Amino acid sequence: MSEMIATRDAYGKALLELGRVNPRVVALDADLSGSTKTGVFGKEFPERFFNAGIAEANMVGMAAGMAAGGMIPFASTFAVFAAGRAFEQIRQSLAYPKMNVKIVATHGGITVGEDGGSHQSIEDLAIMRALPNMTVLCPADGPETEAAVQAAAAYNGPVFIRLGRSKVPVVFTEGCDFVIGRGATLRQGTDLTFITTGLMTAQALEAAAILAEGNISARVVHLGSIKPLDVDLVLQAARETGAIVTAEEHSVIGGLGGAVCEVLCEGFPVPVERVGLRDVFGQSGLAEELLAHYGLTPAYLVEAAERVMRRK
Amino acid sequence: MLKEETVRALEQTARQLRVEILKMLNTAKSGHTGGSLSAIDVLTALYFYQMRHDPSNPKWEDRDRFVLSKGHAAPALYACLAEAGYFSRDDLKTLRRFGSHLQGHPDMNKTPGVEVCTGSLGQGFSQAVGLAIASKLAGRSARIYSLLGDGEVQEGQIWEATMAAAHYKLDNLCVIVDHNGLQIDGEVEKVMNVGPLGPKFLAFNWHVLEVDGHDIQAICQALENAAEGDDERVGRPTMIIARTVKGKGVPFFEHKASYHGVPPSDDELNRALEHLGHS
Repeated sequence: MSEMIATRDAYGKALLELGRVNPRVVALDADLSGSTKTGVFGKEFPERFFNAGIAEANMVGMAAGMAAGGMIPFASTFAVFAAGRAFEQIRQSLAYPKMNVKIVATHGGITVGEDGGSHQSIEDLAIMRALPNMTVLCPADGPETEAAVQAAAAYNGPVFIRLGRSKVPVVFTEGCDFVIGRGATLRQGTDLTFITTGLMTAQALEAAAILAEGNISARVVHLGSIKPLDVDLVLQAARETGAIVTAEEHSVIGGLGGAVCEVLCEGFPVPVERVGLRDVFGQSGLAEELLAHYGLTPAYLVEAAERVMRRK
Repeated sequence: MLKEETVRALEQTARQLRVEILKMLNTAKSGHTGGSLSAIDVLTALYFYQMRHDPSNPKWEDRDRFVLSKGHAAPALYACLAEAGYFSRDDLKTLRRFGSHLQGHPDMNKTPGVEVCTGSLGQGFSQAVGLAIASKLAGRSARIYSLLGDGEVQEGQIWEATMAAAHYKLDNLCVIVDHNGLQIDGEVEKVMNVGPLGPKFLAFNWHVLEVDGHDIQAICQALENAAEGDDERVGRPTMIIARTVKGKGVPFFEHKASYHGVPPSDDELNRALEHLGHS
């Protein structure tokens, strides 16, 4: 069993490091700093930490103003409130003017668990991806989260980073590189490709190992950058393996699955199976129970791989 | 106390800017007339009296900044920026045209002198709050100004920002409400009453002033008071409630909600210019 780290914890650590190096980095939160981990930054840099209270719209607006005033704001809340309640502020005050603000949305997806469907964002990637000028990242684990936060800080423009609540297996190595717009092939394979994001990448690696026992060679391509998407890597996978299974802790509509299908339709059509939430909201339960219920497990990925192989 | 000739010169500037606003809206054949005319005296006082800014260096770090939160009054802002020298007055003829740097609503990436993108109501105010925080963080003495519409005050985000500005003790922030009493659907009082505005902002712990928004001397004094006045303002943001008249300066546009988003026709323009002593 590999080490388990919650991506939000990695964010707290990375933001603190950024704050120590760059005095222009400021953090904002909307009364969830203990959960999103911006509180770690706030404790060391109280003069650069701004709690907006339970007022996400104003938090995003203030972050925009701070960026216009030369700061590099990281604004955090749960993904459901960031992409949902503050959507129009993100559109008008960040994306439209290309403002240098980083929205780091934690508690994405169903692994939020017990809080239930009202708090489990399953549509944030789709919403954010539709915005011009917006960069959308969804790291797989702790080390990649740290690298993604650094890359976002170095990039001049709006970035949405989706993180999770639960601890997830580490698949990248500490100190790994993150390049916006580039994916990573984590396992070579020739029969099909799992194209995955977020915590589903670890699940796909397990599924590929199971498939290998049955002599099916599955490639695993992780896309930590949902937008811009690594189009070349996706097309290469389609050409070389001829079948794709996408997997995300998100609706199958408009997120990673949608983005990959858009690329394949125009570039190199091959059979695709999309694994994710099938146009339904989540519910209360333990993270593992919910992953099993909604078919986001290695066993289910193996079934999806077998289905897509039959369609080749 | 302002010198008499300073006040007269500012009044003359405001009259000239009204002419520019009407001409550009007539040429564009679309845009917001009423709210541009109600706001222009406040904007004149800001751009030609109160604010420290340098049109030859729009990105000067220590400049005072203005955020037009009621972004639909863009023609009033553009008239001021052109008059100040941020760009040529000829550009005003291109308002709202394809390819123009003068968009229907203010765009920081297209127009020199525009600080942030506004137009979706309530959002400029929050950005002004953020700018005021950034100014303090950077140790600048620069002040941040923003103009709201009174209909705009209905947005929930306004009250989130009102809370935050007081909480963070932003005494480098001065916000003005263009209180003309009208919005697209009619009288603010009837559509959704926002009054009494003064007591509301006082209750949120702001320093509140009320002025006649067409009395340039009174506006300038209120702006000065917000910047360096009595103890009341220390540690608090200032809200100036400017009582204004929608369509001010053109009698047949005054007090009419129907001219919220309608430009003057050729005939109306001629009559308006005549009234403003401009032929």
